[in-house]
Amino acid sequence: MNKYKISAIGITIAIALTLISFACNSSKESVTDGDAASKVYVAPGKHDEFYSFMSGGFSGQMAVYGLPSGRLLRVIPVFSQDPEKGWGYSEETKPMFNTTHGFIPWDDAHHPELSQTNGETDGRWIFINGNNVPRIARIDLTTFRTVEILELPNSSGNHSSPFTTENTEYVVAGTRFSVPIPNEDVSIAEYKEKFKGTLSFVKVDPKSGHMDLSFQILMPGFDYDLSHAGKGKSHGWMFFTCYNAEQANTLKEVNASQFDKDFIAAINWKKAEEYLAAGKGKEMPTSYYHNTWDEKKHSATSTEKKTVKILDPAECPGLVYYMPTPKSPHGCDIDPTGEYIVASGKLSTVVPVFSFDKVMAAIGAKSFDKTIDGIPVLNYDKIIAGEVQNPGLGPLHTEFDGRGNAYTSMFVSSEVVKWSLKDFKVLDRMPVYYSIGHLMIPGGDTKKPNGKYLVALNKITKDRYLPTGPELTQSAQLIDISGDKMKMLLDFPTIGEPHYAQAIEAEKIKDKSVRFYKLEENEHPYKTANPTEAKVVREGNKVHINMISIRSHFTPDNIEGIKVGDEVYIHVTNLEQDWDIPHGFAVMGAQTAELLIMPGETITYKWVPQKPGIYPFYCTDFCSALHQEMQGYIRVSPASSKIELSWNN
Amino acid sequence: MKSKILMLIGSLILVSAFFVPLWTIDLIAPQYPEGLGLYIHLNKIEGHKEGDLQSINGLNHYIGMKEIKPESIPELTIIPYFMYFMIALGLVTVVFNKKWMKMAWIGIFAVGGIVGLYDFYMWEYDYGHNLDPHAIIKIPGMNYQPPLIGYKQLLNFEAGSWPHFGFVIIMVSVLLVLCSLYLDFKNDKKLSKVT
Repeated sequence: MNKYKISAIGITIAIALTLISFACNSSKESVTDGDAASKVYVAPGKHDEFYSFMSGGFSGQMAVYGLPSGRLLRVIPVFSQDPEKGWGYSEETKPMFNTTHGFIPWDDAHHPELSQTNGETDGRWIFINGNNVPRIARIDLTTFRTVEILELPNSSGNHSSPFTTENTEYVVAGTRFSVPIPNEDVSIAEYKEKFKGTLSFVKVDPKSGHMDLSFQILMPGFDYDLSHAGKGKSHGWMFFTCYNAEQANTLKEVNASQFDKDFIAAINWKKAEEYLAAGKGKEMPTSYYHNTWDEKKHSATSTEKKTVKILDPAECPGLVYYMPTPKSPHGCDIDPTGEYIVASGKLSTVVPVFSFDKVMAAIGAKSFDKTIDGIPVLNYDKIIAGEVQNPGLGPLHTEFDGRGNAYTSMFVSSEVVKWSLKDFKVLDRMPVYYSIGHLMIPGGDTKKPNGKYLVALNKITKDRYLPTGPELTQSAQLIDISGDKMKMLLDFPTIGEPHYAQAIEAEKIKDKSVRFYKLEENEHPYKTANPTEAKVVREGNKVHINMISIRSHFTPDNIEGIKVGDEVYIHVTNLEQDWDIPHGFAVMGAQTAELLIMPGETITYKWVPQKPGIYPFYCTDFCSALHQEMQGYIRVSPASSKIELSWNN
Repeated sequence: MKSKILMLIGSLILVSAFFVPLWTIDLIAPQYPEGLGLYIHLNKIEGHKEGDLQSINGLNHYIGMKEIKPESIPELTIIPYFMYFMIALGLVTVVFNKKWMKMAWIGIFAVGGIVGLYDFYMWEYDYGHNLDPHAIIKIPGMNYQPPLIGYKQLLNFEAGSWPHFGFVIIMVSVLLVLCSLYLDFKNDKKLSKVT
């Protein structure tokens, strides 16, 4: 072969490769069809059909997007301080961050879960878990504000949470990282002997929504991963996947991937209630914080709780069963009828679908393979309804469209796979960009899915948007699932990590939305009802300023007599009773964030002036034509100064 | 008999006028898609919805308009007595069923109505003209008197002033009494023909 021939072949190969790469690119571009834009277009001034609540993952917050437009409507601060809204900076909100570890300014928020009535989303509240410091938060959907945070004792890594039962009787929590219970200073090598898991059942008051840790089930020291409640016929049961049945305590990626099967723990919580009523719950001394927000006082209270009731499965027959499940199962999803329990083994080559009826039959027949710490292990072949063959690689989560189809996310092969609940056969595939985690259909984990759209929640975006340096956004992709074939409609960036999401028909929420807080219902101890009540009061080195804000001034706006060494508490009441007229507040040099005060609300700004001088303060939210004039001065004198307090009103 | 019933209904439906607004002031501006306005009742003034009165007073401070304080408007105490009187007088008229009484009833109501509208105009004049000399927004020659009836542009707000259900009820009431009177006259004619 001569030189020319070699180079000719080389050039041909190069051209062929180029063509192939073009072909690949163009196939990627053609995933949407022509009318996709019109399907997601929501004209200016028009409203979206759905509210979608996406967790911020490591941002610790929750974002609200409209669907199908993908427009960001609000970021609700939950577990992380938010200087923009004064969340965690104002005196009133600080107690919401209280835990047994002190003030925690951040968490990793994974799973939003809407409250349900009769297995349908009802638009009252949405719950979300804090993964790192185990907590559950509740957000009120009339105000879109976090109104409650409950810490969970005897837990660590609250991942399988806060999934709800069909009438929001309970939201649940579990330990992703088993730990000694109670937590103590032991050798990590003693994992198998000393480390345990707990599954927590948190009762939700149907009227107030208040959460109360009802009981915990003490479990073998596996990693409890995800959960879902039974519904319809399986109402009364809760299912938790778990991995690391190997009970490895190091290099879990290898050591927790050895067994062929891990488990789904099936919990009969109605039975648990019977055992509790019979006094089987052991009171265990512990400590955890319950933080609640009072809509009238516009303030949070943090209360320490000191005991928890523990149920031990070994002493409570019929409470827990293990369902063997292939290869480190992750998602644990129940179909709308409550019959099928779909587990997704991250490393499994099939998606196993269990039958609730068969599980009940196997329990009835006491057909167990063995027991683990007193927990009977069912036989895989006796409870399986079918396996989805060749579903894709890295199955994680499944939701349902209410028309007999299931949709499973494939992390490794980066696709959504649609399959039939009738014969467990794959019907369609949709590539997603890239590495999908959860997927979501509005109501897709309830008895009544609204099977119009599916949202893919992707971890990686690489080249999908204009580059922004090494740190790139994560994304959501909206897919039309109303027809036989899935159609890609829209792709939009998200805050933090859109770990999981829930969506609900806008009608269930929008008319209940609060427009402003009623001033006459404000019970804040430092409320200032009108400018004549404005005042400044010294209590030792603490100075309380009762201030009002209304377009476009503060009263008082000239204050003297503050001294270095004083702790100044400025209680600002927004006197507006008008929709969408918040006022902001900030003082030069204050080591805190701004306040954003909604109409009718009172919020407190703490300021410790460091040196004498004149300190301007102003409204930070452009409220009116004379917003720039909305300002004032505070004089700070040396500690030794004899200047008396004075103010104008 | 018919005439008596009409008179009775005409008097009694006035009771319902206490439960609905007499008049409405609508304020229309781009920033208020949800609407903003006041309802004037026989005995009170309140916002179209919660917070409207406070918001209107808040906005009015920019132009130096006095605060609208319903408790300082004596008419809101006087008008209900006038209405009680009209209802009572109407019922007395039903008993005696005299034409002159009905004419007097209509006459008193008409005078009351005209005085009421004039009074309303004077309040509007006062609010619109009697402005704080230190007002934030001062436009030479501009006053902010809302129209007695109809629409008028006041800076960024289009102010509308219109009768409401209560006014309609009063009109119907007067109309019923007029009908009653008409029947009486017709009856008289019939009677005179017979005799």
